[in-house]
Amino acid sequence: MEHLNAWYGMTHTLQDINLNIPANHATALIGPSGCGKSTFVRCLNRMHETNPIARATGVVKMGEVDIYKDASPVDIRRRVGMVFQRPNPFPTMSIYDNVASGLKLNGFRNKAILDETVERSLKAAALWEEVKDELKKKSGASLSGGQQQRMCIARALAVDPEVLLMDEPASALDPVSTSKIEDLIFQLKSQYTIVIVTHNMQQAARVAENTGFFLNGKMVEFNSTDKIFTTPSDKRTEDYITGRFG
Amino acid sequence: MRPPTNYQSRSLRLNSAWRYAVNHLVTGLAILSTVLVIVPLVAILAYLIYKGASSLNLDFFTHIPAPVGETGGGMANSMVGSAIVLALASSMGIPVGIAAGVYLAEYGQGKLLAMAVRFTADVLNGIPSIVMGIAAYSLIVMQQMHFSAFSGGVALAIMMVPTITRTTEEMLMTVPHAIREAALGLGVPKWRTVLSVSLRTASPGIITGCMLAFARVAGETAPLLFTAFGNQFWSFKLNEPIAALPLQIYVYAISPYDEWHRLAWAGALVLILMIMVSVTLVRIYAGRGALKGAS
Repeated sequence: MEHLNAWYGMTHTLQDINLNIPANHATALIGPSGCGKSTFVRCLNRMHETNPIARATGVVKMGEVDIYKDASPVDIRRRVGMVFQRPNPFPTMSIYDNVASGLKLNGFRNKAILDETVERSLKAAALWEEVKDELKKKSGASLSGGQQQRMCIARALAVDPEVLLMDEPASALDPVSTSKIEDLIFQLKSQYTIVIVTHNMQQAARVAENTGFFLNGKMVEFNSTDKIFTTPSDKRTEDYITGRFG
Repeated sequence: MRPPTNYQSRSLRLNSAWRYAVNHLVTGLAILSTVLVIVPLVAILAYLIYKGASSLNLDFFTHIPAPVGETGGGMANSMVGSAIVLALASSMGIPVGIAAGVYLAEYGQGKLLAMAVRFTADVLNGIPSIVMGIAAYSLIVMQQMHFSAFSGGVALAIMMVPTITRTTEEMLMTVPHAIREAALGLGVPKWRTVLSVSLRTASPGIITGCMLAFARVAGETAPLLFTAFGNQFWSFKLNEPIAALPLQIYVYAISPYDEWHRLAWAGALVLILMIMVSVTLVRIYAGRGALKGAS
């Protein structure tokens, strides 16, 4: 990622972000509300383009692929999955169809492979045991908030992305569901590159190897999680994590 | 904690008594309004049954109108004719209406064309139905030099479009943005997201809109006077005049014969029943396969 800038209308939301996110690790982004963390992850799979007044410049590379030049947004979003702040199941679809939606809506029809993918994804999201008896009978919207969020993770995993962006995936959940999601991230990070935005600093410390601190649209500090939380090199980072502001 | 002063606790009690009173009042008003809505419907239906049911017999459903001076006869050709004209109107009006609504909600936000379409739809909604008939008359009947079932279908379709367009747009706007994002975030192309996610989520409301439009035009007489024209005999051809229930009711109701008046009542009853049955069937069909806990 080099010199990434982003604007919403006239607001310069992200200012010259340079960052190297290591593959197959979890990276946490922390910072006060409105500092650009969400905008940043949205720029990583071009979701910001769904907002007509948003635009971004700079280079974002995934491996050798420049995601703004070498690929369409649709291709990028298949390779870079996203889990949103609030669970957003498709209310008209069963649990099965929700998880299979990424494949089905892209025209994939082979039933055996769909079955297998749904089971594998739900198991990976630690939801299989709870829902396996009512996969096709229950609406995805009938699950509890924590289950919905794990279903949304399963849905993102089903398309087999390389990167998983999580925008405060646990902020709308209770502590039990939150710890389930964290366990999940911990297990998933060996196979996927995970970028997680969080307001919860303990959460960042628990799941991520590296942490970046954002403030007012700038990346203040990026380092291993240990360093950020024990010996931050920037005064502002120290102030934030010790709770002096933000 | 400090105990509440006398003044505070009294005002609190008064306040809650007042709130209970308002609550009961508003609930009562809501029930009253519901009754006011249902009363005319039940009254009309009861009166139609009272006036028309006695003239309903097998002949009514199997025979075409008897010539003047003869008794008996039915409206079989009008029922089939109405069904044909309505099927034509729906097959043209519903796709166009929904497609325009999709454009307004999903693609045209803030665009000049969208504002023009929205404005046109609203104005079209307020145009008297007879004007639609004249429009279809000059556009199709005058060109072909004869009345036809097709022109009747077009007139009714134009009447259906604005209602369907505006309901489709409004229903799509109620689909949360987060659900669209979920689909787009999975790498689903926009057109597919619109079709399989937005439209599907909004479908109950859109179906209601289509049914409202259908029920409204099913009873229209004026646009058909210049287009479908009516027919005392069987006709299944789309390019010939065709009978329709509202037209037949109109002709019989203004006639001087008591026998025909009775048949007009029966026709009105059948028309209402046809609308009720088709709306109910669509609802059952659309509600089939609903999932447990779907909102």
